[in-house]
Amino acid sequence: MATSTTTSASLLDLIGRTPLVELPRLSHAPDRVRIFAKLEGQNPTGSIKDRVALKMIEEAEARGELVPGRELLEPTSGNTGIALALVAKLKGYRLTCVMPDNATKERTQVLRLYGADVVFSPGEQGSNGAVRQALAMAERDPKWFMPFQYANEANPRAHYEGTGAEIADALDRVDVLVAGLGTGGTLMGAGARLRESFPDVVVAAAEPLPGDFVMGLRSLEDGYVPPILDVAKLDRKVLVSNEDSVGGIRDLLEREGIFAGVSAGAVVHVARKLAGELDEGVVVAVLADAGWKYLSADFWTARDVEESMEKTVWW
Amino acid sequence: MSVVRIPPALRDATGGESRVVADGANVRELLDDLMSRFPGLGPQLVAGDEIAPFVNVYVEGEDVRTLDGLETPVRESSTVILLPAMAGGH
Repeated sequence: MATSTTTSASLLDLIGRTPLVELPRLSHAPDRVRIFAKLEGQNPTGSIKDRVALKMIEEAEARGELVPGRELLEPTSGNTGIALALVAKLKGYRLTCVMPDNATKERTQVLRLYGADVVFSPGEQGSNGAVRQALAMAERDPKWFMPFQYANEANPRAHYEGTGAEIADALDRVDVLVAGLGTGGTLMGAGARLRESFPDVVVAAAEPLPGDFVMGLRSLEDGYVPPILDVAKLDRKVLVSNEDSVGGIRDLLEREGIFAGVSAGAVVHVARKLAGELDEGVVVAVLADAGWKYLSADFWTARDVEESMEKTVWW
Repeated sequence: MSVVRIPPALRDATGGESRVVADGANVRELLDDLMSRFPGLGPQLVAGDEIAPFVNVYVEGEDVRTLDGLETPVRESSTVILLPAMAGGH
């Protein structure tokens, strides 16, 4: 692990090996049921997606599919785009991100500051709309190389070799793993790795309960299940309301001093729920990012969290 | 009777209602009852003997695919949520 007494040749070398910190104040029985948080917000661009971006790009280069002159295209409303922007910059590729037009302002700002181009998709179609639009662009022009985290096995592999292996190395026992469900990469990859070391581990997904506004799909045929996600490999899949996610964020900040993002709040909510079902054991919560990118959102003070949050897909 | 929350994409079949009630001791019975009340839902919710691939059914906040599927028990006090499968992961 890099410390102040070592140097690194590249920022990319600092991706992963994130801290695992105990959250005794969030356990109902801290001496018997231990909850640990994997702080993915400490990656170079501030989220777990650094792992995925680096792995997708390096594997594409190794296959000879990504060569100088091609440009990167990815549907993302934030973290994956920012992570790809860093990797693209240091490796000399251009990047265009397709994102819903209702993502927070910081998201577009930071992407543009990193040098990425942003193309907007209709906000009411949520992530599905961004996926559809990016797929259509990639089909029209072969210059685009789309890493496409939803279908790229490098995504779960980054978590199998990185996130999951790091947790397995750090702990003698893991009874429950909780991560946010987005692409499914963390849950599939880290879940598979942890099952090798701890066969009885419960792999649990925290999933956002979307507001009506972002479910403006015309029909269910517009739905999307990421190809890398195999729901049969999840042991639990728990819906978390925006209100409970914000409750999780507040618990983390007020009781443990961790300033976390929305999905991390949901993950902690589920981690505490599942910890409450245990008499003893170890629960690991993967906190995908920190709270900085959500500061412009209204929910920090708004009394009616549901109303202020329902117009956005938060993770 | 359990409360069933209906997502916008299915509300044409429920006359615009976002919450309806249905009866059943498990998800299979509850969906059967729901589809008999709102026949337009039928072809969208079930494919063969499975929940349709782009539909998620939650009982008390947990996806029944990770519980007992169509056999997952439903209590009178349970809220059942139907949602379209959506891509997350930013």
